[in-house]
Amino acid sequence: MNGVHDMGATDGHGPVIVETNEPVFHARWEGRVYGMMRRLRAAGLFNLDEFRYAQERLPPGRYLASSYYERWLAALETLVEETGAAISSEALPERRAETRFQPGDRVVTRNLNPRGHTRLPRYGRGRHGTIESIHGPFTLPDTSAHRAGRDVEPVYTVRFAARELWGERAEPNETMTIDLWQRYLEADAT
Amino acid sequence: MTDDHGHHPQPPSDLEARTLALESLLVEKGLLTSEAIDRIVTTFERDIGPLLGARAVAHAWVDPAYKARLLSAPKAALAELGITEHQVEELVVVENTPATHNVIVCTLCSCYPWAVLGLPPTWYKSAPYRSRVVIEPRVVLHEMGLELPDEVAIRVWDSSADIRYLVLPERPAGTEGWAEDRLAAIVTRDTMIGVARPAVPDTAT
Repeated sequence: MNGVHDMGATDGHGPVIVETNEPVFHARWEGRVYGMMRRLRAAGLFNLDEFRYAQERLPPGRYLASSYYERWLAALETLVEETGAAISSEALPERRAETRFQPGDRVVTRNLNPRGHTRLPRYGRGRHGTIESIHGPFTLPDTSAHRAGRDVEPVYTVRFAARELWGERAEPNETMTIDLWQRYLEADAT
Repeated sequence: MTDDHGHHPQPPSDLEARTLALESLLVEKGLLTSEAIDRIVTTFERDIGPLLGARAVAHAWVDPAYKARLLSAPKAALAELGITEHQVEELVVVENTPATHNVIVCTLCSCYPWAVLGLPPTWYKSAPYRSRVVIEPRVVLHEMGLELPDEVAIRVWDSSADIRYLVLPERPAGTEGWAEDRLAAIVTRDTMIGVARPAVPDTAT
């Protein structure tokens, strides 16, 4: 979904503020929320993609106004309510994809704008890049977050020139890599 | 504080109350135990932190063969040091050199190599860092106190999938002959994210 969580290259957020001697958890409740997430995920109440998507579904203003663990708490509440705190035994159908690309291949990212969950950032859509390395295979979040299947695909680290992503605003001598599932990519015929 | 002589504790904040309510519900449903959560909290407060990554970096600095293994097969190389956290699906170690500087971000959430660095600091999870470091990394690093000349190439890694990244920083001059634990002490969390360089304390020079 095209949500405020997809923050790459958005402006207006201000300076990076670094807290010195930061504790692992700032309050007891943060640690409880962290631990609950880990336990519920391990127990199979939800998967990581569903958990991320539950955060992304927060209203945009609330997402931005919430701290990291506030978003986690809200996502846990959402998922516990939606599942009725019952673990589903339904097995998702698994589909495996052949490896289509090799390091050095030129690719272009698809201009996908799904209403649901995706891990293709907006700033990286419709851009030309080069396959740097192959990883996984890993389960595609786009279907996993919706319990619509387990699509096990290669993930590629794709390298982009800064100018391809940022145009004239690109800083000198920068390259970016984004880790992308195979179905986010097409061969670059140009 | 309240003004009634402390007979009544302060009411819990909304967040504390919601957390408590959720934990009680989940315990009642049999989905978890409070002791299991205690153990996770304790593990991250005491056992898992940036010292794990720092030990690997310091060892790589003194042992070139280990460095090669850390770069080519990071999980096996970490296991050699007894760092066997299994939750990271795939770890990639990227090496800073005089010509190239690496910096890590997760623009979509806050993916982070917690198995070797512990939980991420608030700034890493914040909107300013997630939004800006991809499009203006030199400006962000400058604000965070790291100056990179234009001739040093900068590589920004958006960890958008299941791969986690650890930066292997350059060993600074002035550390020749140092023992590994002394080296590990200057390998801070921020140097392994790529927003700082290891610094030799003034007293050591």
